[in-house]
Amino acid sequence: MSKTYEQINEKIRRGEAVVLTAEEVSRMALTMSPEEIADRVDVVTTATFGAMCSSGAFVNFGHADPPIRMERIELNGVSVSGGLAAVDTYIGATDCDSANPEYGGGHIIEDLVAGKDILLEAWGKGTDCYPRRHIRTYVNIDTLNEAYLYNPRNAYQNYNVAVNSSERTIHTYMGKLYPRSGNASYSTAGELSPLINDPECRTIGLGTHIFLGGGDGYVMWNGTQFDTSKEVNAYGIPVGNARTIAVAGELRGMSTDFLRGVYYEKYGCSLYVGIGVPIPILDADLARRVSIRNDQIETNVVDYGDGNKVIGRTNYAELRSGSITVGGRRIRTVPVSSLAKAREIAAILKSRIETGGFLLSEPVRAMPAFGAVKRLEERSVPFGGRTEVLFGAHREKDLSDF
Amino acid sequence: MKRKYMLSFPESTGDKPVVCELVRRYDICVNIIQASISPAMAGTMLAELDACAEELTQAVEFLAGRGVGVELLTDKIALREDGCLQCGNCVLACFSGALTIGAPDWKLAFDRDRCVLCRACITACPRGLFGISAE
Ligand code: SF4
Ligand code: SF4
Repeated sequence: MSKTYEQINEKIRRGEAVVLTAEEVSRMALTMSPEEIADRVDVVTTATFGAMCSSGAFVNFGHADPPIRMERIELNGVSVSGGLAAVDTYIGATDCDSANPEYGGGHIIEDLVAGKDILLEAWGKGTDCYPRRHIRTYVNIDTLNEAYLYNPRNAYQNYNVAVNSSERTIHTYMGKLYPRSGNASYSTAGELSPLINDPECRTIGLGTHIFLGGGDGYVMWNGTQFDTSKEVNAYGIPVGNARTIAVAGELRGMSTDFLRGVYYEKYGCSLYVGIGVPIPILDADLARRVSIRNDQIETNVVDYGDGNKVIGRTNYAELRSGSITVGGRRIRTVPVSSLAKAREIAAILKSRIETGGFLLSEPVRAMPAFGAVKRLEERSVPFGGRTEVLFGAHREKDLSDF
Repeated sequence: MKRKYMLSFPESTGDKPVVCELVRRYDICVNIIQASISPAMAGTMLAELDACAEELTQAVEFLAGRGVGVELLTDKIALREDGCLQCGNCVLACFSGALTIGAPDWKLAFDRDRCVLCRACITACPRGLFGISAE
């Protein structure tokens, strides 16, 4: 028997929906068929909490008197985008000041959510309608107009395991990797991870209502580097980094418990983001998908010390055992995203749905059926090198016309 | 009382059972945390010595008398646990087994007795939660 979104939402409104976390349903599946699960369960909550570098926030400062067209903008000394109209900006999670690399965009977003004052300094050339050329003041979440998170690429569907076979320690977003494959890191929440539980994105699409950074959010688009071309294993799971989602949500109402600026030594700044995605169990096919277990989710072991070569394959049950064997050698494995926090998010989302405080939304557009990631091919560039630009064309026209 | 020492053995002690003699002479418990020995039999050893204060003093004098370099390690690694993300980055960097994360709750655990003061965690934590505190 299949259900509709509306039927599930009606049960949520009445406080009667049966909600399980993805870990709970995987245990249930040991003794129950997908049909039985689909009969009994309405929603399964999935979650992840990890560093998501492709994240950021749009904010609008409001106009000062006299007004300024902010063309160069710094927040707490960190330069952020000056390319959005007069008083809009985008704070990228990895924005940072090279003189003070330990504080970056991710920390600014965290400080905004924490309600702290942030030093704003901006410069403009001065125009007829925006005469001012400099401003220096404090802003905080209450003085801003709009402030919303907009993350172009989050919640990767599966991810590589990182090792380093080279002779020196390397510092990466996957942590400190010791030489001669001295350790290995992984970053997916396994059977709890959102896009693992709906691997073909049947229910996750544009407009899907999600838990984002402690507050409410929505899936806005397919994430960048959305990839459907990865090999799929016997359980329907892509092996390695595949699909991603772009998400957005109001910053007010989010919490620093689930949004944290971080700094990786010799790498840079990023933002830890907590995401929870509810999967409606519309039919037995979805029940089967959410029943996936760690030992069925495989991923590649990639050598970050040797041109990102794939050197092996493992699964999340093995990764969580504390070591994997690659090429006959045992390597210690450690997660670099938080399973404890992901569980907390899945539980919070579960209780929000159970108590009627969170309704599901049916996507208004599905994720693309195909997506592949192109490489940046380099071409030879002659001296000067700029391709024809409109700016130059205008000028020449002006000269010949007058 | 327990004390951590970095012991440096010159080549001349390489063929003598200094540690064995130490244990036999004094009522002392030696916990070897980390040891490395070069082919020429010189080496260093991070060890925790457990005995009463008087015996400890005698033991250190004994070692010094045998040409062993003895450095008392008083630093301790401090961790501000309340800001922890349970992210695992420090565990990835920690080789002594002092920092662990795993089933069932996947929360960070810090066994200070196993810490070898290598300081790798200090730079590995993306929230900067580790520091050094002198005893
Ligand atoms: S100082 Fe070294 S051994 Fe001690 S906790 Fe930190 S990483 Fe582990
Ligand atoms: S690296 Fe820092 S934040 Fe992460 S688990 Fe260790 S102490 Fe906690």
